[in-house]
Amino acid sequence: MLVKRKQGEAARGRLASMAAGIATKTIDRRSFLRNSGLAVGGLAALGTINAGMTRQAEAGPTDHSRPIERRKNICTHCSVGCTVIGEVQDGVWVGQEPAWDSPINRGTHCAKGASVRELVHGDRRLKYPMKKVGGQWQRISWDQAIDEIGDKMLEIRERSGADSAYLLGSAKFSNEGAYLFRKFAAFWGTNNVDHQARICHSTTVAGVANTWGYGAQTNSYNDIRNSKTIIFMGSNAAEAHPVSMQHILTGKEEQRANVIVFDPRFTRTAAHATDFVRIRPGTDIPVIWGIMWHIFQNGWEDQEYIAQRVWGMDQVREEVAKWTPDEVERVTGVPEAQLRRVAEKFATERPSTFIWCMGGTQHTVGTANVRAYCNLLLATGNVGAMGTGANIFRGHCNVQGATDFGLDIGNLPCYYGLAEGAWRHWSRVWDVPYEYFVNRFDAVPAKGGRDPRTPEQNMNVPGIPSTRWFDATMIDAEEVDQRDNIKAMIVFGHGGNTVPRMADAREGMNALDLLVVADPHPTTFAALHERTDNTYLLPICTQFECSGSRTASNRSVQWGEKIVEPIFESDNDYAVMYRLAKKLGFADEMFKPYEMVQGKFSEEPTPESILREINRGGWSVGYTGQSPERLKAHMANQDKFDLVTLRAPADAGDVGGDFYGLPWPCWGTAEFRHPGTHILYNPNVPVKDGGGAFRPRFGLERDGETLLAEGSWPPESEIEDGYPQFTMGVLKRLGWDADLTPQERAVISRIGEFDEEKIDAVSWSLDLSGGIQRVAIEHGCVPYGNGKARAVAWNLPDPIPVHREPIYSPRPDLVADYPTREDGRQFRMPNIGHTIQQSVVDRGLHESFPIVLTSGRLVEYEGGGEETRSNKWLAELKQDMFVEINTRDAESRGITDGGWVWVNGPEGNRARVKALVTERVASGTAFMPFHFAGWFQGEDQRGNYPQGTDPIVLGESVNVVTTYGYDPVTGMHEGKVTLCQIESA
Amino acid sequence: MARMKFLCDADRCIECQACVTACKNEHEVPWGINRRRVVTINDGLPGERSVSMACMHCDDAPCAAVCPVDCFYTTADAVVLHSKDTCIGCGYCFYACPFGAPQYPRVGNFGTRGKMDKCTYCSGGPEADMSQAEYVKYGSNRLAEGKLPLCAEMCSTKSLLAGDGDIIADIYRERVVTRGYGSGAWGWRTAYGETISV
Repeated sequence: MLVKRKQGEAARGRLASMAAGIATKTIDRRSFLRNSGLAVGGLAALGTINAGMTRQAEAGPTDHSRPIERRKNICTHCSVGCTVIGEVQDGVWVGQEPAWDSPINRGTHCAKGASVRELVHGDRRLKYPMKKVGGQWQRISWDQAIDEIGDKMLEIRERSGADSAYLLGSAKFSNEGAYLFRKFAAFWGTNNVDHQARICHSTTVAGVANTWGYGAQTNSYNDIRNSKTIIFMGSNAAEAHPVSMQHILTGKEEQRANVIVFDPRFTRTAAHATDFVRIRPGTDIPVIWGIMWHIFQNGWEDQEYIAQRVWGMDQVREEVAKWTPDEVERVTGVPEAQLRRVAEKFATERPSTFIWCMGGTQHTVGTANVRAYCNLLLATGNVGAMGTGANIFRGHCNVQGATDFGLDIGNLPCYYGLAEGAWRHWSRVWDVPYEYFVNRFDAVPAKGGRDPRTPEQNMNVPGIPSTRWFDATMIDAEEVDQRDNIKAMIVFGHGGNTVPRMADAREGMNALDLLVVADPHPTTFAALHERTDNTYLLPICTQFECSGSRTASNRSVQWGEKIVEPIFESDNDYAVMYRLAKKLGFADEMFKPYEMVQGKFSEEPTPESILREINRGGWSVGYTGQSPERLKAHMANQDKFDLVTLRAPADAGDVGGDFYGLPWPCWGTAEFRHPGTHILYNPNVPVKDGGGAFRPRFGLERDGETLLAEGSWPPESEIEDGYPQFTMGVLKRLGWDADLTPQERAVISRIGEFDEEKIDAVSWSLDLSGGIQRVAIEHGCVPYGNGKARAVAWNLPDPIPVHREPIYSPRPDLVADYPTREDGRQFRMPNIGHTIQQSVVDRGLHESFPIVLTSGRLVEYEGGGEETRSNKWLAELKQDMFVEINTRDAESRGITDGGWVWVNGPEGNRARVKALVTERVASGTAFMPFHFAGWFQGEDQRGNYPQGTDPIVLGESVNVVTTYGYDPVTGMHEGKVTLCQIESA
Repeated sequence: MARMKFLCDADRCIECQACVTACKNEHEVPWGINRRRVVTINDGLPGERSVSMACMHCDDAPCAAVCPVDCFYTTADAVVLHSKDTCIGCGYCFYACPFGAPQYPRVGNFGTRGKMDKCTYCSGGPEADMSQAEYVKYGSNRLAEGKLPLCAEMCSTKSLLAGDGDIIADIYRERVVTRGYGSGAWGWRTAYGETISV
């Protein structure tokens, strides 16, 4: 920010200090610099950089007389899934070229994608395994690291149980890595396994899946080109998903589309919108109900669609009727005329799409927000067709895949819920007896008046969300509903500064018996705390240094090939998990199905063989048709796919008729050649061409009304009405079981344990032969059935979304009318949000902390930011952590643009940052990005990083200031609303 | 020969900075030197617009007019390049340039700034095309490889266009007609003495 506004001066000031030999940490030492005219004396002063490095891949001029190899991989930052082409010469990644053929990015990148080559320069990467001894980092060997970590894990397991080790995984894993890590947790015997989806779209997945079946973006970035009205709510795509804007802005231009942005900030996306609606943070539900009030009032809803495909809209209508324009304005600050205008456009200028991101999800009412959005889409008939849909932009390059593969406290891979049937399914796929897993789990004693659990019961109890792991290290063991507190954190590819209450997280880190960070960079987990021992860093390579598939936000699966070998002593996730499993004693069972090859330091499984296992088990979500061969063919034939429909023509060889990346569900086996599903729940095309319907997964009727679709079905369906999911029994009743091959029949009989009743119960999602899916689709039917979406989700805490004020609300008057939910227990932990909200009101915190603080992304950095803040090409663009404060608020506090300020949080924590005085935020609102760390409440923690691995740019984390608040359905934190006061520092 | 130009469609630019890092990546440009940058006006206000700026390779380049040692030359593609061997780092070109393109590795008066550095339109300098000597002074030479500048090739929203001036003007014109608005071809009148009329 500051650099941007005064770039000339900033650059020059820095250069002046460089010449004086002061800022030695941030200069590049390449030959180019020498030859661009910097004197030798200047360089000598800078000669101390990274002296201890073992190897550096020096990029130089490409020698065009010798061969250059081009390798395709996928950008490792956001979820758009841009293809990256690396030019490799002599094993060194020497250049990046535009990937013109990718239908997703068409050659383009954002600042992050255009600079990914720097990741394997590795100036600031973690170079070898390290451990802390007496407070000092020491280099150790991989063997020693694995041995010591394994011994400590086994010791903790002995003492406190398997649940005491928390396995925090990553949205940066490949699909195969994510799946392997989930499998690792199952073999270790815990459901305490999670990843970044918890803190970005867990509420989306819960809300959307509970509405219409699956937790994913329904359409695609490309498909937004067809939309005539586009709403962004809590999404700043111009910074968070820049390449998506290529499709959106082209669509806007060609369709003359309405682009409407709802946000507390006038974002860079808003700058390109046709309408901007400023809302008070945390009032999404009243805003949506306010829009729907006008829709119902004027009869703009799609009545035919609702009658055919939606259950419960009348109940929603009753709730919406309470939200008159006056009440909406009182709560949200949005005037009636503005919402009416939006309502009319969204409902009548169709197709319309609704895009949301963390502005909607990171709330104590995150799941309810999502369900309100879904209801707006359903009421206007905007799901299941081109140009419509819930276009949920996910955050990380493989957060969709990692979610799909159950890096989640409440799922096994592919959304098989924690239940005996699901465990038995995966036991069959993994070829390990079900009882093996029962033996791996803890028995939980009766504590705090709760019932004890057998290991078999404990297997089916969701773990602790990643937002609360530190609470689980420190609160009274009686309060944690497992054998003991969390004692060990095993963190693969996850920042430590992306959830609120960092001061508490620091205490949690201090309290651990073992902390292991496996990452290309040390991350905040290595630097924030005061630990002196039992702390390990394992250098993991990036996805550019290994192969595997990743799933973009639109569910397209893309195969990335290794561009260069892992640099320094880093190694890939597969190998490290294998070595750890071997040390812990379950590698033989766990890795038995895989093709093992000699890797850099040890044996490792090939990602292809892991994907084949996924293909053998991922029936429930259609991850079965995406064989490694098909995915590789897609990468090789990217130019065949249409930019808007994402489909290749029928005559396009290996990929003929396919949708790009075989977006799931890609039904049946790879041989069945289902093309994938570009648009979910789309009854306008046959199922064999990617059609579908809403998924009936909540029973067949409710309150005497059917939950199956009425009068809507995909073309060519032989059942011309709604129907339940397919089982062997259903096939028999229809007489379609005759279409099964003997081999398929044999598999189904084996799964049904040769018992007629059990065989009839074998469903499309348990049939390992794929026969049931095949036969259903050949008869034009959706394997999971043809149901209605639920406007009312009776199994959730607020079946119809209800507005509830944030825990730290600036409006005590509204807390009285719209309090948060009562205290309760979720995910093995107490949730005392209500008590805290009352205490905030009682203490009058809104008076001493009158500014609402919200947070979000910058284009230059990603996630916790360690990787991107270590990239010199990005770091140069944003050198200071800052807070955006409105002109009036700054003036009344004597704060000047670019000056240092303290942002004081309501619970006594504070952050020292620079002020960016701007009208971008309204008076009474402040904004901070969440990518920074390395300063803690004014203290510079650069010295806590192992030498040479500290990111170039450090800064205070916004999460030092953010506060308590958790969604009851998923444990999502409240990251978007808290209170603060800002003063000059 | 084609007349190469840059065109930034400000109605498409989202200030994602891909052009900036693509340039750094392609040429290994060191910290502190910005051959290309994104300028935002009305930051945070309605009407906020961003434009990606670098050397525009002007028709009658003011930098060349003021250079006391005559280190500038214009290629057959109409790209304005300079010789670092001849440059004395006086900084006159910086004052003359309407786009703030010239960059220097150091701050100081006259010769102490170091050799001037600027956007080469990805086409190197006076040394032999694609040679080591050319690379270390000016970066890579994509034009010689038959490619266009990487900043434009990687622009996230295809806001920044590079190529034959007539072709990119046609692309821009077609866009403006389709969408019904356009804030004009930024810097064209200054650089090329003309603008794009629709």
